[in-house]
Amino acid sequence: MNSKELVIEADRIESQYWRDLWKYRELFYFLAWRDILVRYKQTAIGMAWALIRPFLTMVVFSFVFGNLAKLPAEGTAPYPIMVFAALLPWQFFSGALSECSNSLIANANLLAKVYFPRLIVPTSAVIVSFVDFLISGMILLGLMAYYNFVPDWRILTLPLFIAIAFAASIGTGLWLAALTVEYRDFRYVVPFIVQFGLYVSPVGFSSKIIAERYSEQVRLLYSLNPMVGVIDGFRWAILGGESQIYLPGFALSLALVILLLLSGIWYFRRMERTFADVI
Amino acid sequence: MSDTIIRVENLSKKYILRHKEESYKTFRGAITGAGKSLVNAFNPRGKKEANSGKEEFWALKDVSFEVKQGDRVAIIGRNGAGKSTLLKILSRITAPTNGSIRIKGRVASLLEVGTGFHPELTGRENIFLNGAILGMSKVEIQRKFDEIVAFAEVEKFLDTPVKRYSSGMYVRLAFAVAAHLEPEILIVDEVLAVGDAQFQRKCLGKMEDVGKEGRTVLFVSHNMATVTSLCQRGIWLVSGQVNMDGDAEQVTSKYLTCGAEHSGDVVLNNSNKLLQRFYFKRVSLLNSDKNITSNFDIRKPIRIHLEYSVTQTIKDLEISIQVDNYSGITIFTTNRSSSISSTISKGNYISEIEIPALFLVSGTYTLEIAAHIPNVEILCQYKSLITFEIEETGSHMAMYKDNDFGVVLANIPWKEKCLTI
Repeated sequence: MNSKELVIEADRIESQYWRDLWKYRELFYFLAWRDILVRYKQTAIGMAWALIRPFLTMVVFSFVFGNLAKLPAEGTAPYPIMVFAALLPWQFFSGALSECSNSLIANANLLAKVYFPRLIVPTSAVIVSFVDFLISGMILLGLMAYYNFVPDWRILTLPLFIAIAFAASIGTGLWLAALTVEYRDFRYVVPFIVQFGLYVSPVGFSSKIIAERYSEQVRLLYSLNPMVGVIDGFRWAILGGESQIYLPGFALSLALVILLLLSGIWYFRRMERTFADVI
Repeated sequence: MSDTIIRVENLSKKYILRHKEESYKTFRGAITGAGKSLVNAFNPRGKKEANSGKEEFWALKDVSFEVKQGDRVAIIGRNGAGKSTLLKILSRITAPTNGSIRIKGRVASLLEVGTGFHPELTGRENIFLNGAILGMSKVEIQRKFDEIVAFAEVEKFLDTPVKRYSSGMYVRLAFAVAAHLEPEILIVDEVLAVGDAQFQRKCLGKMEDVGKEGRTVLFVSHNMATVTSLCQRGIWLVSGQVNMDGDAEQVTSKYLTCGAEHSGDVVLNNSNKLLQRFYFKRVSLLNSDKNITSNFDIRKPIRIHLEYSVTQTIKDLEISIQVDNYSGITIFTTNRSSSISSTISKGNYISEIEIPALFLVSGTYTLEIAAHIPNVEILCQYKSLITFEIEETGSHMAMYKDNDFGVVLANIPWKEKCLTI
């Protein structure tokens, strides 16, 4: 028999929480699995929706920014590939943000009736977006094949940038999820952030434009947007060739992402104990 | 080495009640609140005003008890006594404000049947999902999968989305998953209030098995029959504090007779006493211990005390007591004339009428009393005068509780002969 003693007090012991998180590790998978399964139930074309949405966005963006606004591409890579290399992490981030911020409220009945480390709920929402991200990744492969575009060795560094995107999504997501429980205002704030963020992040254009049109200082300031570093990194890894990474900006973005992640976990843990009473 | 498995010490839980405020905190509220408290910091007199909308509410206050391994403990109390809060803290859904709990072993809590079931998913998918939410590993669920399906009796509908299930099937499946958790400590909150009678018995049986295997059960219920049959020990909470802790039978009987002391008793005021030949003065209901109450044990008789005054001799007096059940059906009427001669002289009287034990089925009843001269005149009449409740505590029909088997318990002898071998 398990003789480990569990102590419940007003101030819970930290190590117990992380042990529980490990014990409930399968729940990450099950909650994500549920959300994916449910999303495409009773749809005629099912998972194909995950491909259609990013594909259409890519077409529109390439047309608007590349053909109408005539913004320059980075180096030799075709404009659609450049757009898509940015659209991938952006859609991952924005999807994760929307899902994450609503995840606790959507699972309110679970929070009120069963115990498990609450961190699992928003995190598995990010995992759901990550699955979408992997599916959209196939479009990128298709585009590369279509344009006969072969990436160089830098593509191998892509997992690093995916990890950064992951950290940025979870960090921001945790903040928003915890805040939404207490202040429902964030239900209206999040769609706005997502919409606005699409235009202030270098998705439809290259962030080099910022430096060319304004100055390096502005570009550094621009890097305060944590997605700038991630998107630049994705472009650098996928497009290869002349695509350059702007190191000071990237370092700043990275530092911000780490700060977001740590503070997000801290804030979430602090608020978590009262979730069941407040939600 | 003691075998104490749960130790609760000075457990308290405080909630802040907000009056006249929006139900959700809003950002604006937090900002203006911060502004106000800033202002109040400089203006000590203003402090009271800022707190006027808030009120502290202690859902639990200094609750302490111990549970030994293998105990089956019932937690009873009226609505709002803190039972659910206690279970929520025990199952770690919410944190206590003060005090501590020490638990040894794996806890499974069933505060609701089917938590985490998703209507769009199939029965099979929901078994895995629900199992994982309750803390089972995938391997564990796979191992018990067939057992769960057999217990729930839903083999045919495993690949149907549960939104198409009947509510009974839904509940059966949900309970089946939870019942196969095999925890060391099981915490259950009134989940047995669902499903048909047969399934309820199955659930009860399962819980009894859990208890017999030496595991610990904490059970919250309003159904005293279930409490006495399932648990040896009762903890009775009154407004967040332990009122009584002891043998389940004793605690439940105390609980049943408490709080209703005055409602089992009516004093009747008559404005024009002098003009009347007859008037009722008081009606009271007494249990077998001669205490006034409105809650009765089905296994014990109910005494009705009727006090009345006669101001002049009346011939042919009849006094009737009629008992109606909660749906207004008259169960029976008993008459004074069946035992006593019908002429009564001036004076004050008291009558005692006893409704025998194991006669009325459990439920709520109302009394109607009337004094009359048969087919001539009604002297005095009170409809729906007093109500009382009969609790099922273990009659021979207890297992058919929610079935419609009649309005009285009949104990009619059977004779059986064997005709062929």
